[in-house]
Formats: sequence, C-alpha cells, structure tokens
Amino acid sequence: MGEETKIKILREVRKDFLQNQLEEGARFDERGLNDWRAVRVDKGVLDSAEGSALAEIGGTKVLAAVKFDIMTPFADRPEEGVFMTGAEFVPFASPVFEPGPPSEESIELARVVDRGIRSAEVIDVKNFFIEEGKVLGLFIDLWVLDQRGNMMDTAALAACGALLDAKMPKVEDGAIIRNESAGPLEMKYKPLTTSFIKVGKNFLMDPSIEEEHAQDMAITLGTVEGKVSSIQKSGASSITRDEVLALTDIAFEKSDELRKYL
Amino acid sequence: MDKPELFKDGKRIDGRTPKELRPLKIEAGVLEEASGSAYVEWGGNKVVAGVYGPRECIPKHGADPYKALLKVRYTMAPFCSKSEHGRSGPNRRSREISKVLREAFEPVVMLNQFPKTQIDVYVEVLQAEGGTRVSALTAAAVALADAGIPMKEMVSGVAVGKLDGQLVVDLGKDEDNYGESDVPMAITSKGKELVLLQMDGLLTREELARNLDEGIEACEKVYELQAQALRKSYESAHERGKLRL
Repeated sequence: MGEETKIKILREVRKDFLQNQLEEGARFDERGLNDWRAVRVDKGVLDSAEGSALAEIGGTKVLAAVKFDIMTPFADRPEEGVFMTGAEFVPFASPVFEPGPPSEESIELARVVDRGIRSAEVIDVKNFFIEEGKVLGLFIDLWVLDQRGNMMDTAALAACGALLDAKMPKVEDGAIIRNESAGPLEMKYKPLTTSFIKVGKNFLMDPSIEEEHAQDMAITLGTVEGKVSSIQKSGASSITRDEVLALTDIAFEKSDELRKYL
Repeated sequence: MDKPELFKDGKRIDGRTPKELRPLKIEAGVLEEASGSAYVEWGGNKVVAGVYGPRECIPKHGADPYKALLKVRYTMAPFCSKSEHGRSGPNRRSREISKVLREAFEPVVMLNQFPKTQIDVYVEVLQAEGGTRVSALTAAAVALADAGIPMKEMVSGVAVGKLDGQLVVDLGKDEDNYGESDVPMAITSKGKELVLLQMDGLLTREELARNLDEGIEACEKVYELQAQALRKSYESAHERGKLRL
C-alpha cells in the first residue's frame, strides 16, 4: 500500500476520532483550540546567505534564506528592485513528498508567504535601485526540512526571521561585493501568518500533521501589526463571513505571541 | 580571482597542517518525520540527510523481485554558496554525484533482505565549502544506520589531494578550486575497501599511493565520529528530532 493510500484511510479514521474529541473541547496533544505548539527561531544559521533563520513550530522545521543578486528591473518598474519567494518541500521532510518539479502545495506556500510580505510593503524595493537597468533582486527561499503540520506559519516565521537577520549587500561598480554589508535590511513590519483548520464544526489553530489529515478546510490569515495582509482559504469546504472575522481576531492576538520569538 | 598561495611554511590557507581535518560535527536523528536522519557540519559545509524505507516500490514495475532498490538523491540548495543565487533541483553534476553515492552504499546495505521494496536516501546541501559529496556520503551513512537499515559495514569518506606540490587531507573550497589534484574517496569501516573513488588533476603513482593511505587514515577518524553520533542518539533519545544548524 502506498503512502498516499495509507494517509487517505488514516484520514477517515482520525477525522472521526478527532471530531468526537473536539466535541469535548480536547485535541490529540491536549492543547487548547488556540494554542501554539513549542516555537523556536534561530537566526543567522548560514554564512552563505545575506540572511537566514531556522524556524520550528512543534517539530515542523523550515529554513529560510535571503540572498541578493544583481538583476534587470521589470520594464514597467525601472526604478524598483525585485523580490521573489520560492519554496522547496525537501523530500526527506515527509514520506509523501516526492522529488521533482514544485507541487501545487509548495507553490501555494511560497505565494502566500510572498503576498504577506509584498502587500504590506514590508520591504521598500525602491531602496534596491542601483543604476539605470540595474537593480538588486532579493530571493527568499523556504526549505521545508521536517513536516509535522502547519508548514505555512512555520515558513512565514522563518521568512520573517531571515529578513530581520538580512544585511544589505555592498555594491561597487554595479557588482555585489560578497561578505561585505551595507547595513541591515530595513523592514516596516513583521509579517506573520496564523493558520486554522476546520474539522466538523470546529476551528483549531496550528494543526499538527495528524490533525491536518482530518481537516475539511483550512484558512491562513496573514497579519502585520494591527492589519490583515493576506488571506488564503484552501481545502474543499466552505467558511462563513462571521467565522472569518472571528478567526481574524484570534490571528491578531496569536501572531503577536509569535512575534515575541523573533 | 588569482590563485592564492595554498601552502606556505608547513601550513595551509586556513592554517591547517597537511593531515589535519576541518572541524567535523555529526548528529544522528535530527528530523522527526524521516525514518532516519543525520546532520553533518564539516568546515563550512552544512548537510542534512534523511532516509525512508524499506517501503513499497513506486512505480511497481520498477521493483526488483530479489532485492530492494536503493535510491539516492543529492541536491544543493540555491542559497548554499556565497556567490550568486543558484537554481534549485538536480543538474548534471548533482545527478552524477547521486549515482556514485548510490554505488558507494550498494555494496554494504543488505538489500537482499527487502525484496520488491525501495530505500530512499535524500541529501540536501544547505551550505557548501568544498567536499560536499563526502560530507553528503558521511551524513547519508549515518542516516541509513539511524533508520535501522541493516548494513554490513559503515561507510566513511574524505577528499584528499595535492596543492602547491604538497599532499593534503580534507580539501577546503579554495584548495579544491586552485589545487593540483582532488581525490574524493570513501572506505568501508572493517574491510577498508574503497566504495567511492574519483580523481581529477595530476598525480604520480607514488603520490596516489600516499594520498590513498592518508585518506584511509582520515576516513577512520570520520568513522569514529559517525559511531559516536549514533551512540549518542540512543543514549539521549529525548533529544531526537532536534536540528541546530
């Protein structure tokens, strides 16, 4: 039996079990519905990147790296730098991850984290202008090393940690002088996400891998200090207006808890 | 960049003596989800290996009725080098390295015990500073053992070579780039047989002999640290799943 098939069967068994437990307000690991698992962020773990952080939420591990390169600006924005976010589900992180081209889920993860940073203009790409036809490009790579549930919030936390750790590169004669910095990268906010899954009628935060297997749908709320900066509803089920707003209130409070680790 | 002076007054560019290894840290069981895992920090190299299996062979028609398939995948993250951002995924170099690594383990992993299955070994280079394939091999060997996969012997690797006329052990990045010869190698722990051997550059027969002897000696030191890492992971099982880069 393949891993996918096993998980599909497990999903049905666990869903039943989890639903019954949730009726009594309990989770597999005895957490409250809106509690984070253990959180840890190590900044500056790589010398090869201008910024880096290894974030961990309940065993899920994501390494984020920030690198700068010289690039040609987009034709419609000749005075702005560019930034790109990529994600890799490293195959050893989960028995169901397969090597090969990026999966739908890894593209979604990169794009949701990217939007949270981009829409709040956390980074001013005008600071990345060098000279006509030449700008700095900032790459954020999100490397999922261990998938124990809630990759999204772990990835957003790692990305934020790596950006806070990042130094602007020194540029001379239109080229980057590696190993020399021109001061810290300026950041307007600390963008983070808080994700919830719906199991039956209940919503719960920071799902473990076992809980994710039982989910009907999921919602990720990206926040900067006091504002929503991105939303992603996923999974084949629906959510009401009132539920979204109630979760937004929780996300504001819970993302502030996470910011303390940065 | 001009070629730097690699050997001067008995010392190498980073201050090491010819037979001195860079600092080497090995940890077993750093991941929760993988069946077996290891982290190797060797000089400026940072490498994580994870193993799954023996598990069902996919696609099924690729299965061998008499033994397990060993699949090894070595990749470098696009942020692993101090120079520009690379491309993700395999390329010609990483596919060749994946092949020679697989063939280094095939002689020792007891594949005939698990017919019709596959064993997956994934190695990700998070930071590179010369000698990534032997760092990857060293990590993969510990991850295989950590997964409880039966092996006849342990496998340990090192790169030896020649720079500015001097034979040395454990080449760093500049030594690899500007040296006269690079010999990545790996041996089995008991039989001392070579399971990985590559070479480029120019060496006399005598130099090759000395390189191999010094390489075998260095591999024995690497083996000690691999064994220590595995012992430690059993002694402190509550530490499992912790990764500190």
